[in-house]
Amino acid sequence: MELIYIAAAIMLGLGALGAAVGMGLLGGKLIEGTARQPELGPMLQGKMFLLAGLIDAVPIIGVGIAMYLIFVVAPTAAGA
Amino acid sequence: MAGENPASTTEYIQHHLTNLVYGNHPDNGWGFAHGAQEAAEMGFMAIHVDSMAWSIGLGVLFCWLFRSAAKRATTGVPTGLLNFVELIIEFIDGAVKDSFHGRNKLVAPLALTIFVWIFLMNFMDLLPVDLIPELLMMVGVPYQKIVPSTDPNITLGMALGVFVLMLYYSIKIKGTGFVSELTMHPFNHWAFIPVNLFMETVGLLAKPFSLGLRLFGNMYAGEMIFILIATTFAAGAGAGLIGGGLHAQIFGEHTSAWFWLVIFILVCGVCWLNLKGKIPTGRTVLLCMVFMTIGGGLTALGGGLMQWGWAVFHILVITLQAFIFMVLTVVYLSMAHEEH
Repeated sequence: MELIYIAAAIMLGLGALGAAVGMGLLGGKLIEGTARQPELGPMLQGKMFLLAGLIDAVPIIGVGIAMYLIFVVAPTAAGA
Repeated sequence: MAGENPASTTEYIQHHLTNLVYGNHPDNGWGFAHGAQEAAEMGFMAIHVDSMAWSIGLGVLFCWLFRSAAKRATTGVPTGLLNFVELIIEFIDGAVKDSFHGRNKLVAPLALTIFVWIFLMNFMDLLPVDLIPELLMMVGVPYQKIVPSTDPNITLGMALGVFVLMLYYSIKIKGTGFVSELTMHPFNHWAFIPVNLFMETVGLLAKPFSLGLRLFGNMYAGEMIFILIATTFAAGAGAGLIGGGLHAQIFGEHTSAWFWLVIFILVCGVCWLNLKGKIPTGRTVLLCMVFMTIGGGLTALGGGLMQWGWAVFHILVITLQAFIFMVLTVVYLSMAHEEH
């Protein structure tokens, strides 16, 4: 039963790790690109938001599943 | 707290995650399911009434709103609603022009519908989590999930619609080219046809699947966090975008929803007056705080503030997810139009 919490922790942690690396690369490249060609700034920013949403999706799904595991599955498993 | 006085947080969460299901139960015949287990026993012949009602209702709202704006459109200076609608249409038009390179009259209206419809469905997430379920509870509706996009049936259904369009245009535009795309693509040799077919089919099927699951996962996680804040901070008396809760223990189990409604309307009214420029912003914040404090007491205010904080972040998420669903639809349809 305790393994459920470990599973949720791994889910949250690795999801956050991946998303953080991705976001870092994305933001860094945006700033690089904008510094090199400031006139492309708005266009790059739009594309960055699109990709940020794509990156964001995977860990947030992980968060949802982890929350479900912690607050619904684990108490049910403990009660049963 | 919603439900037949649910004893624990777990039951409260599960109650909030259960759809109102209408179907054919093997023992009881056609009717509404009472609880998740009965809903599961109904099997395939069941329908999520709440998801259907809310999504179709919001779709009708969107059509009505945009139609009424379109009827009023003139060559003169636009005002109010017309401005707003024009803003959205120009935004979508720009996004479609950026990423769609074929020639098709369907794509831009489709993109507009997808964006606004998904945005409206996601927007239901920002209403207080207990408000509408609790109000409907009073008239005897046992379960209610008001965010249609937290139902995988809705999101995957929309993705399936997009998938059908992709297939239709692939075959219509490319004809046999579509077949050769599926069989000859990564390795252009007849011996690799099974390998190619497998890889391309997986790639093709992954598109609608990821499209639907991405939206569902995001909205589900967001809803889950709203529900958790409601359970943690205000012992069931949670609030969404704005408004506070009232401790159900003080005023009995079923008075709280009315308080939320009153507080919600008051806060909305103050914000509306602020938007109209009748009240300065500082006083607006103060008034909202006062309403929330009166409505919920300090614990609920804490919960209300947490809800509010997450809601502000969530505004970004719901818009972004609606936008991503739309852009990816356009990109996939654009790929269906491109000949190799």
